[in-house]
Amino acid sequence: MGVEQKLGNMGMVTTTLESAVNWARTNAMWPMLFGLACCAIEMMSAQAADYDMSRFGMELMRASPRQSDLMIVAGRVSRKMAPVLRRLYDQMPEPKWVIAMGDCASCGGVFNNYAIVQGVDEVVPVDVYVAGCPPRPEALIHGVLTLFEKVKGEKFTDLAKA
Amino acid sequence: MSEYQLQEVPVGPYKHLVSERAISGETMLLNMGPQHPSTHGVLRLLLELDGEVIINCIPDFGFLHTGIEKNMEAKTYQKAEVMSDRLDYMNNMGNNLAYVMAIEKLVDLDVPPRAQALRVILTELQRIASHLVWLGTAGLDLAAMSVFLYCFRERELILDIFEMVSGQRMMVTYFRPGGVWRDVPVEFESAVRNFIKIFPKRIDEYEALLTKNPLWLDRMVGIGKLDAATALQHGVTGPMLRASGVNWDLRKVRPYCGYEQYDFNIPTETKGDTYARYIVRVQELRESLKIVEQALNKLPMGPVRSDNRKFVPPPRSEIGTSMESLIHHFKLWTEGFPAPKASVYSAVESPRGELGVYLEGDGGPKPYRVHWRTPSFDNLSVLSKIVKGHLVADLIAILASVDIVLGDIDR
Repeated sequence: MGVEQKLGNMGMVTTTLESAVNWARTNAMWPMLFGLACCAIEMMSAQAADYDMSRFGMELMRASPRQSDLMIVAGRVSRKMAPVLRRLYDQMPEPKWVIAMGDCASCGGVFNNYAIVQGVDEVVPVDVYVAGCPPRPEALIHGVLTLFEKVKGEKFTDLAKA
Repeated sequence: MSEYQLQEVPVGPYKHLVSERAISGETMLLNMGPQHPSTHGVLRLLLELDGEVIINCIPDFGFLHTGIEKNMEAKTYQKAEVMSDRLDYMNNMGNNLAYVMAIEKLVDLDVPPRAQALRVILTELQRIASHLVWLGTAGLDLAAMSVFLYCFRERELILDIFEMVSGQRMMVTYFRPGGVWRDVPVEFESAVRNFIKIFPKRIDEYEALLTKNPLWLDRMVGIGKLDAATALQHGVTGPMLRASGVNWDLRKVRPYCGYEQYDFNIPTETKGDTYARYIVRVQELRESLKIVEQALNKLPMGPVRSDNRKFVPPPRSEIGTSMESLIHHFKLWTEGFPAPKASVYSAVESPRGELGVYLEGDGGPKPYRVHWRTPSFDNLSVLSKIVKGHLVADLIAILASVDIVLGDIDR
């Protein structure tokens, strides 16, 4: 099953280094264990038995930013929290990706006021926005799979430029 | 980007809060949080440590300050309700209830008995869901991973019921001034009955995993003792207060929504330690289930919203046939209803304690001031007292047992 069918009689498969590396990255992406508000509860639901994000190689939440590839900004980011968020992002090793989970992280959501950063993309670059208040666990999983599609198309030359 | 660069925090502002030995460098100042898996949100704790023993613990919060109270002032009474969901995000139904009860008190609005019973059923289910999240994450903090998976499995059943009645899993906004949004669908009763049937066995399952587990006992018994006098001084409420031997539950001492007609006990413990809090919450799971069952058995038929058209919008079906209904609908959704110039306080027993809302009207359609008395805030105030002399590892167990929700504290 799986890879054996593609190996053929020769027992080998040809590909580019780029797509092999990207394939590997999507299958072991470690998100940071980082919850802010309501969305964090749905993020926990996505990890728990009913939705089980580990089906997509995402079961290993790392408590330290230094060991993680993906930051899921789950919840509203206040002006007091924004510098901390930036510091955490800076501590993550390259390559790294960010998912803005929920309306607050994407655009401020219902909180258009003095306290909340109007979209986390003011602070860190965002790859995928997940809509919802809070998004259902399925929506988060869809966001993660969308990110995988993006990662699979990444070029080494682009990474070198960044 | 410069606006969002983190500045170094000198000890200066905290000098009066730590001991002399911290200034001379004899003890260590350790920063825990705001990003830490065991702080249940974004709480920062500044710890003064002598070796591994905590001498001082200074909570620093506000990392989730959302300006909810201020935002509510800019919205009409009905529209401000969506803000209340996002306050304590484990107790959405309870927040809605506190807020709509305050409005009903302010404008003197009656609620039909069916709506009252539905409110009781759904807030008790919400209490169970909240305690399940607490149990799961507290277990996770003390490295009991499987409890988390079990608890979230049962929580999904409750969220399915919420989705069935309101269309949303978490931010329900189902209770409205004068009743509830709409009647529950026909599948509601069978879904709740199914939950009532399977859940007692599941509680036995959690208890089999934890209650007599020697590791769980070692981490919890005698840790973080809180005596009743200190608890009362700090305004601690909810399971924390009841674990310290004070039998105080708003559902009994100041009944609302018809809680007086249901037969249930208030679980109380006397030791006041982390384990007592665990026992109280697990027993509350069973008691809440008792209330849900009784309320469902005598759920009356009838309307689910008051027919006072000055405050409650008419049903959609009436708008096409009645000019008056159309006018009411238009008035209520464009400018809202005016509330008298008065102030009210209404409180409910949330899973964490007394959740109160103070509402002041100024005669117009928007509240002049909304203030939330949130239980997590008062419960957290006692933390620095109960962790003194314990190890850092015990702080994790104590913080888990306080059951804080940062959205509730910072609001």
